[in-house]
Amino acid sequence: MKLLTHNMLSSKCLKNVNVGYPLSIKVEEMITSVVDFNPEFIARIIPKLEWNALKQAVNEVGKDSCLPNNLIENFENDEDFLKKVHHVLLEIEIVNGCLVCPETGRSFPINNGIPNMLLNEDEV
Amino acid sequence: MKLKHLEYHLSNVSPFEKPKILLEQYVTPPHIAAYMLHHIQFEHGDITDKIVADLGCGTGCLTIGTATLDASMVYGFEIDSDALDIFQENMQQFELTNIEAIRCDILNIPRRFENFFDTVIMNPPFGTKHNAGIDMEFLKIGMLLSKKAIYSLHKSSTRKFVKKFVENLGCKVEIVAELKYNLPSTYKFHKKDSVDIEVDLVRVLI
Ligand SMILES: C[S@@+](CC[C@H](N)C(=O)[O-])C[C@H]1O[C@@H](n2cnc3c(N)ncnc32)[C@H](O)[C@@H]1O
Repeated sequence: MKLLTHNMLSSKCLKNVNVGYPLSIKVEEMITSVVDFNPEFIARIIPKLEWNALKQAVNEVGKDSCLPNNLIENFENDEDFLKKVHHVLLEIEIVNGCLVCPETGRSFPINNGIPNMLLNEDEV
Repeated sequence: MKLKHLEYHLSNVSPFEKPKILLEQYVTPPHIAAYMLHHIQFEHGDITDKIVADLGCGTGCLTIGTATLDASMVYGFEIDSDALDIFQENMQQFELTNIEAIRCDILNIPRRFENFFDTVIMNPPFGTKHNAGIDMEFLKIGMLLSKKAIYSLHKSSTRKFVKKFVENLGCKVEIVAELKYNLPSTYKFHKKDSVDIEVDLVRVLI
């Protein structure tokens, strides 16, 4: 599971959860892979992100992101910045671990790189 | 990539080991998957450099085909862990880095994905196994997730109903092609080894 995916997941679908975001990450196994850099794609995906959640995720997985506290202006033209975001979003992969709901503590396992967001019937 | 090459490529995607009838697990045959993806890219440019979702991705035939045609990123969503185990093996064998998978029920898909995708593709369950209407639910969710277009396979016998359903939700719908789909003997209760059914490749425009 890439951190891009983490940025998109929440536990809001659980009964009695208000925000359920961001989920905190517990890492058991993590790898860093190499993914081709596509600046247009990164520039296109940035507006869809919750920046604070991304910062928090990078912290939680124990990486130093060198990401600024706030999204910079004109990021489309800042190749250096886009490369950093690219690395954080696409190259850090959680292989095993779990995602934890910030409100209920319900944990969603990540096995073999795939987060399991399936809920029991009595949870929805 | 030529249609023939894509079809050959997709014939190397491993299918379900023990297909679950209730989940309507049958792979999209390579010639249909290749035709579908080729059409989506070469007629409409809806794969290369796009963000794509595959709903009910199974062992990954459509996901892998989409990634091979250079989508920026493809997300496969699937409820069944056995299917996803094979999906993972397939993904590793094809050495693609633009694929992510999430295990979830499509009917309860994480809401932040709404409008996240340029294109949504699917071969949904047809809703013939005590799950009537699930094909339409998949389509409706596809319409929430996609900003532009949805491509889906539906039984030709439901064509009128599909058209009306989509139009009632305020979108345009086109029948791109009518295809013959050979359901293999995974379906043991069928008397013959396989049955041909007719399916439509449907294109929905948001
Ligand atoms: C007809 S198969 C298509 C498989 C694959 N996309 C392919 O083209 O080879 C439908 C898939 O949807 C999955 N499925 C059925 N109901 C689902 C649900 N509610 N949520 C997510 N996946 C579901 C099944 O497990 C199966 O893998």
